[in-house]
Amino acid sequence: MRFLDVLLGRTRPVQPNLDVLFAVPSAADTLHAALDLRPTGTGAVCFKQPEGAAAAGARGDLTDLLTLSPDTRVTVSRDEYGYTWVTCTRTDHDLPALVTDLHAVNITLADAGFGPALLCTVIGFTTGDGRRLGLVYLFKRGTVYPFAPTGAQRRDTTLELQVRAELGADIPTEPDLSRWFPIWGTPVP
Amino acid sequence: MATRTRFAPDRQLSARMGLTVFLLGLVYVAFVAVLIVLIKSIAAVVVIAGGLLLAQYWFSDRIALYAMGGREVTAAQAPELHAVIDRLCALADMPKPRVAIADTDLPNAFATGRTPQRAVVCVTTGLLRRLEPAELDGVLAHELSHIAHRDVAVMTVASFLGVLAGLVARFGLYSGMLGGRGRRNQDGNLVAVALLVTGVSAVVYAVSFLLIRALSRYRELAADRAGAILTGQPAALASALTKVSGQMARIPTRDLRTAQAFNAFFFTPALGQHASLATLLSTHPPLQQRLDRLATLSRQL
Repeated sequence: MRFLDVLLGRTRPVQPNLDVLFAVPSAADTLHAALDLRPTGTGAVCFKQPEGAAAAGARGDLTDLLTLSPDTRVTVSRDEYGYTWVTCTRTDHDLPALVTDLHAVNITLADAGFGPALLCTVIGFTTGDGRRLGLVYLFKRGTVYPFAPTGAQRRDTTLELQVRAELGADIPTEPDLSRWFPIWGTPVP
Repeated sequence: MATRTRFAPDRQLSARMGLTVFLLGLVYVAFVAVLIVLIKSIAAVVVIAGGLLLAQYWFSDRIALYAMGGREVTAAQAPELHAVIDRLCALADMPKPRVAIADTDLPNAFATGRTPQRAVVCVTTGLLRRLEPAELDGVLAHELSHIAHRDVAVMTVASFLGVLAGLVARFGLYSGMLGGRGRRNQDGNLVAVALLVTGVSAVVYAVSFLLIRALSRYRELAADRAGAILTGQPAALASALTKVSGQMARIPTRDLRTAQAFNAFFFTPALGQHASLATLLSTHPPLQQRLDRLATLSRQL
């Protein structure tokens, strides 16, 4: 933050970095080879919906946009913390296509001026023995971290750290472990 | 990437805050100049005042937490509160502060700590009990904005010379009353200098006091604004404000008195009935002004 901003008590809304998302398919190949993790074909974008008509309009645009693709099922839901989740499910499990869909959602929101309100994008994976894992993309950091929930309020840290070790060079992973925040009770993973 | 946001910058607020900071600086420069001209050994006073403020700055988190009876809570002890703060920090791209809960029914929240890395956000159980999730979001975003704006550091630096001037004025007054009488003949010159220093310090103290209060009010408005932009819901913050300030007057007086020293870091000050008396002297802007600002933001959406 710049000195003048501190002096005058201003914060600049942080703009999201949307392009790292396209590195996910190659990272998914690595995860499949190393840890037998497969994409579930489901991904979700989470944002804090601002009050007012503009936000409601942007949400209408989104649903219009995504109903164009026949293979994608889109649902919009609200979680207990007041964040909105746009969940895309592809029946054909096509990860590159899913990433393109999610990117379209992000671009639509950012173009409508809600870039600073974007929280994260989560892409769901599952292991051969049924464990769930979400790759969480933090817009503001431009980094990805794994989140593996096991039941209520518990996470499989071992699996998460294995994933981080495997991802290494494919995609920028979040180095600060204190920012690997849990997202319980969400549509994905 | 081009900046896309629906919020226009509040130039008026920036300009007023800039002017206040400038005037404060001007008062201090003049004060230091007068001190240097009038007396040679001010080192002791500077060291004492500087030491006090440095300690206050350095231990601000522990002092405030201890005074409010706040205890730090882990994610396992308060999962919802942690989840709310986690998400807001991810939205604002800032490091997560420590989280504390104070066991008092006074509905309030404060943020303290010298850097964003060492910050603490503390909420009272009274606040958690009264507010809806969206309102709590707004209050926490307001407190996180205080941390992002480094308000503890700014206010400490801003009040440094004011405190120093207050000390000099008091010191001069006492030493003048105690030792001034007998020596008037030998060094009348010295007494005159001492009187002048005391007078100047008193004026500097009074002026800087008013300016610091103004600065504090502007920073509250700035934090309101940044918090509302972060959550995108100015109305929720406004509703939290009315709820909290409406209930402040009904709190038992014992709590009010013990809490008053920490008003500077509070979400709304615990002033009770006399709030209307001294807008000029208060650390927080009046509720009506804060609500008006938030309504303007709400219309921009």
